Amino acid sequence: MAAITTDRLTKVYPGGVRALDEIDLTVEDGEFFALLGPSGCGKTTLLRTVAGLEESSGGALRIGDVDVTRTPPGSRDVAMVFQDYALFPHMTVAENVAYPLRIKKVARAKRTEKAAATAGELGLSDYLERRPGQLSGGQQQRVALARAMACHPSVFLFDEPLSNLDARMRLEARTFLKRLQRELGVTTVFVTHDQAEALALADRIAVMESGRIRQLGTPSEVFRRPANTFVASFIGSTPMNLLDGVVRQRGIEVAGELLPTPPEPAGRLVDGEKVVYGIRPEYLLHSPTAVPGSLAGEVRVVENLGHAQLVTLEGPAGFVQLVVDEDTPVALGDRGFAVPRQDRALVYRDGELVTSGDPTGLATAGASGTA
Amino acid sequence: MTPPPAHSPDHAPGAVPTASDAAPVAVAAAPAGPPPDAEHRRREAQRAAGRAGARKAVAGIGFYTFVSLVLAFFSLPLLWLAVAPFDANPGLSASLPEFTLQNFRVLWDNPYAMRSLGNSVILAGGTGLLVVAFAALAAYALSRVRLPGRDMLLYVLLLLSSIVTGTAAMVPLFNLATELRLIDSQLGVILVLSGGLLPSAIFILKDFMDGTPRSYEESARVFGASPFQIMRDIVVPVVRPGLATIGVWSVAQVWGNFLIPFLLLRSPDQYPAAVVMYTFYTEGGQANLALISTFSLLYSVPVILMFLFVSSRYGFRFHGGIKR
Repeated sequence: MAAITTDRLTKVYPGGVRALDEIDLTVEDGEFFALLGPSGCGKTTLLRTVAGLEESSGGALRIGDVDVTRTPPGSRDVAMVFQDYALFPHMTVAENVAYPLRIKKVARAKRTEKAAATAGELGLSDYLERRPGQLSGGQQQRVALARAMACHPSVFLFDEPLSNLDARMRLEARTFLKRLQRELGVTTVFVTHDQAEALALADRIAVMESGRIRQLGTPSEVFRRPANTFVASFIGSTPMNLLDGVVRQRGIEVAGELLPTPPEPAGRLVDGEKVVYGIRPEYLLHSPTAVPGSLAGEVRVVENLGHAQLVTLEGPAGFVQLVVDEDTPVALGDRGFAVPRQDRALVYRDGELVTSGDPTGLATAGASGTA
Repeated sequence: MTPPPAHSPDHAPGAVPTASDAAPVAVAAAPAGPPPDAEHRRREAQRAAGRAGARKAVAGIGFYTFVSLVLAFFSLPLLWLAVAPFDANPGLSASLPEFTLQNFRVLWDNPYAMRSLGNSVILAGGTGLLVVAFAALAAYALSRVRLPGRDMLLYVLLLLSSIVTGTAAMVPLFNLATELRLIDSQLGVILVLSGGLLPSAIFILKDFMDGTPRSYEESARVFGASPFQIMRDIVVPVVRPGLATIGVWSVAQVWGNFLIPFLLLRSPDQYPAAVVMYTFYTEGGQANLALISTFSLLYSVPVILMFLFVSSRYGFRFHGGIKR
């Protein structure tokens, strides 16, 4: 068990690509931590640097109390589960799980026993003599997990742990992973490009973009109050509506309509300044009749989400998406009105969230959120 | 072939889809026949079908005749090889033998024949081991480490390799071996042959190595495996079919190589089978067909056995032939 601390960790690939740009990050002991971002944002590089498979070009990395910046991967006491699981195809399940112990020169009898026990914990007892090629995707993943667990590392690293599973298995595996991590209590860092996965699994999430961390927080913080428009548009299964607006005395004017100012940034806004008004589709109420302080539009698309419908309105403010419950009839071409929940609306200035904690109220982009 | 529907007499050239060559006949017959149109046309179609079938049969017979001839062309020498060693007086044609094992007896008593097979095994085995070991290491390194001009290097090596063991390099090779005191030494032959085979072996093996996901090795590295352990535990077992291919291929190459051992070995008791074969003449200077055929049979058996063994063990299909 150990915390992971990075201090201005930087990785520049030959050719000048800055994959990691002075990352400062602390993953607490026992935490389930997600690195989230679009492809090419540096999340996998960060994970591989922690594993030791990539050498950092600057900064320091500590696992527990030990500086491991220059330590070879085998001596860092970490275990990694790869996206393709990387199970050795010529070894049986038992041999695969026992391999880390074999490297650590554990006696054959002991490591066989240990491997069988670990595999048993993950429900693999019946498959010990099979080869990876004879297992389903979910079973292969559990073998990879068992192999990682067998050597009792102080840190687990998962690279896209669920991406190789089909949709149904993925949900099952997600619950399984979360339970397993709770039971083992081992510090775990995983990489994903799927925001839903990160929200569901992680204790805390770091949202990354081009080698920097754009926001660090618990899933609910990241979901409710994205620190900038990048995170706002990345998090959430339906992206947040981000509408251009202008601050007025009695509200925020979006496409000629005056929307009430959310309470949080109320005192921090300057009359007449340009802002972005952000509201999630889930927090827009549908009204078939005109309501003051709402966004009007014509229904263009209706997507059935099962328990609800995702409706796209086209109006003066452009396209606005809102979630309407399944019982409300909505037809294409209808006129509809989207009423924002005032307490859930967010205001972004220069791409950064305007918060009450903003000391000057005039903070410029880059000063916050890039930490 | 479905006959056209009876109630559509408008479709006069209805027999056309039967077979292209039958079409003119059907068209020509149509205006001549006022009688029951459909019945007539169906018979016509059947006849056309019959004709097409006959044509197909003739084509089939022609094809199989051709294949048989080709087969005979290649199998007659093999038949000869199977029959001649048991013949008291073999000629150049394959015929029912006057059965005898005398030829084997003579060969057994020949001081060089059996020893040469042993020499061949030493040369082929030594070269095979050397090639597999070095090619595996080199191919792994070339596959995993980015060297500037790596592909160029491989292609140039490949190009030069045919020269190393070829006729063009005979004199320099001889000189080199003399300077290194490797004349009349099996080690010399093994080294030269390995040098000639390595580039192609590296080239082929690199493809196998490239096809092995890096995550296998990275996974092992995170568990603390040393490069040697990774090589032994992961890489070698995963590319084993490739190693088997290279091994069999090198052995077959050396087994059939005449020039290099002939060039570098002086004493007859060092000669491998390919060279000894060359010495079977009668007192009159004629090729001794009885000995040559018998020796050829013995000479080909080990290679065949090796193919069978490796193929059953590793289950790969080896494309390519043995020289000779």
